Amino acid sequence: MNKKMLSLPYLFWCAAFILIPLFMVVYYGITDKTGAFTLENICAIATAEHSKALWISILLSLISTLICLLLAYPLAMILAHMNVNQHSFVVLIFILPMWMNFLLRTMAWQTLLEKSGVINSVLEFLHLPALNIINTPSAIILGMVYNFLPFMVLPIYNSLTKIDPNVINAAKDLGANGFDTFIRVTLPLSVPGIISGITMVFVPALTTFVISTLLGGSKILLIGNVIEQEFTQTGNWHLGSGLSIVLMIFILFNMILSAIFDKDGEGNTL
Amino acid sequence: MKDVLVNLEHISKSYGNQLVLDDLNLYIRENEFLTLLGPSGCGKTTTLRILGGFEQPDKGRVIFEGQDITNLPANKRQLNTVFQKYALFTHMTIAENIAFGLKIKNKSKSYIDDKIKYALKLVNLDGFEKRMPDSLSGGQQQRIAIARAIVNEPKLLLLDEPLGALDLKLRQDMQYELIRLKNELGITFIYVTHDQEEALTMSDTIVVMNQGYIQQIGSPERIYNEPENAFVADFIGDSNIIGATMIRDRLVEILGAKFDCVDEGFGENKPVDVVIRPEDVMLVKPEEGTIEGVVTHLIFKGVHYEMEVMAAGFEWLVHSTQMCAVGTKVGIKVDPFNIQIMNKPESEDEEAAKLDE
Repeated sequence: MNKKMLSLPYLFWCAAFILIPLFMVVYYGITDKTGAFTLENICAIATAEHSKALWISILLSLISTLICLLLAYPLAMILAHMNVNQHSFVVLIFILPMWMNFLLRTMAWQTLLEKSGVINSVLEFLHLPALNIINTPSAIILGMVYNFLPFMVLPIYNSLTKIDPNVINAAKDLGANGFDTFIRVTLPLSVPGIISGITMVFVPALTTFVISTLLGGSKILLIGNVIEQEFTQTGNWHLGSGLSIVLMIFILFNMILSAIFDKDGEGNTL
Repeated sequence: MKDVLVNLEHISKSYGNQLVLDDLNLYIRENEFLTLLGPSGCGKTTTLRILGGFEQPDKGRVIFEGQDITNLPANKRQLNTVFQKYALFTHMTIAENIAFGLKIKNKSKSYIDDKIKYALKLVNLDGFEKRMPDSLSGGQQQRIAIARAIVNEPKLLLLDEPLGALDLKLRQDMQYELIRLKNELGITFIYVTHDQEEALTMSDTIVVMNQGYIQQIGSPERIYNEPENAFVADFIGDSNIIGATMIRDRLVEILGAKFDCVDEGFGENKPVDVVIRPEDVMLVKPEEGTIEGVVTHLIFKGVHYEMEVMAAGFEWLVHSTQMCAVGTKVGIKVDPFNIQIMNKPESEDEEAAKLDE
């Protein structure tokens, strides 16, 4: 009984800031302004404007996730092969930017990428063509990859370090060369880490509106931006909530997928 | 004498400042069951890893069937390894595990299927094809690891403490299983263990190692009955190791009493170590023994009684089927051929090796 009492503060927190808001989102999402039940807000995702935003969001998130995976896997492999002293230093360097505010880091990219920003000034000085990617999908992908890459590296790194070196030795012992060993043994054994990493990059990328606002200008609307606008500008909480529910279903699907593959909890280390 | 299969020539290996192997020379004959025996850190596993191709020696050569394979990577070597903690591929079924090496070599499906069946039968695990490694017990997993290695028909099988993780009963069963496998397959086995009983049970040849040096090479009987130094005597079985003086050939003075022995050629009045196995110490009436003593401890061990006898300032370990109660005055007698004379260690290394135990 005493031990259960200890969880009360958290339960209160949980109720006040997770359960009640969640309930309110669902309530707003399935009612209209008069308070009558309706599925209109949820079905609104089918309108051209909204479905386009959702489609772009999914597309950009998938591309970002893929780039993160391609960058992170080799890095995680190098890290996993380093000795303890070396790798804790490299991991520290890698995590260091995460201790800075997310918003600040994204705004820094804005300054770097601007038409008359740092990068273009340097390029101009070197008489090279200017880089015009600010306010394009490329800039948003760049922002996503930059911000979410560590979330891909760490779970993969964790799953790789869990592989018994003798399992790799066994593959070589049985005649497999480096490539065969990677494809048949290392890669399959790191799948839980890959799935965790994909979830941990894809979900925040799908829902972000800060990166798209700062680096995409107001030209590219992601589903996150649409929902944000419904709450802050249009003031239609019902529609905003309805669209949120749709987004949550996507995230839930992704979570289930990762729960199936990631039984060891590689993603729980962050 | 059979042909030499593997020759290790002047192998040295160190990790950082720590010398693990120092100028090791060893040959292994075809169809031999050779055991590398020693305490942890003696270099036995490093020797095996150098043979397997997972470590490169700093100096020296590995000769396999007359070919220098020192720089040949592990996947090109005609030998297979059974690892300590099985190292099975947990994401594959048992059949896929066993087929791994054959698939790499692009063998036909029917050949692979036959081999899987044959290997599972050999290790007494018929019908396990579809199971996953995690659903098997430790002993079963180890047998799969052996099956996975032998389907490749290696000339040489390396086994790195394969029974270390199993319980006593299973370990004993597996020992007989391994001997049977070796005889059926005709493959040369190199076996690494720190368990002296395992080594005595299975081996044709035992190589006792300590601190990167080979202490003695010989048949189990020879290693047990005629240890060359105190380390070997102490490591293989229980023993009484006593400082003594060799008065002349066939006569040794132990703890002030003169014992007849059978060893010759140590010189006169030379300090030596003698080893007397506890089962070779005979307890007789006080007046009949060479030394008189008093029984201080008595433990019933099942097959025999284990006693400690305080005599001439030394605590003698005695195994006997005859019980002598604590406090009994006894005489100690040893047959001449049961006294094994050994040279005192000469180098500091050997001294250190002895202290380590």
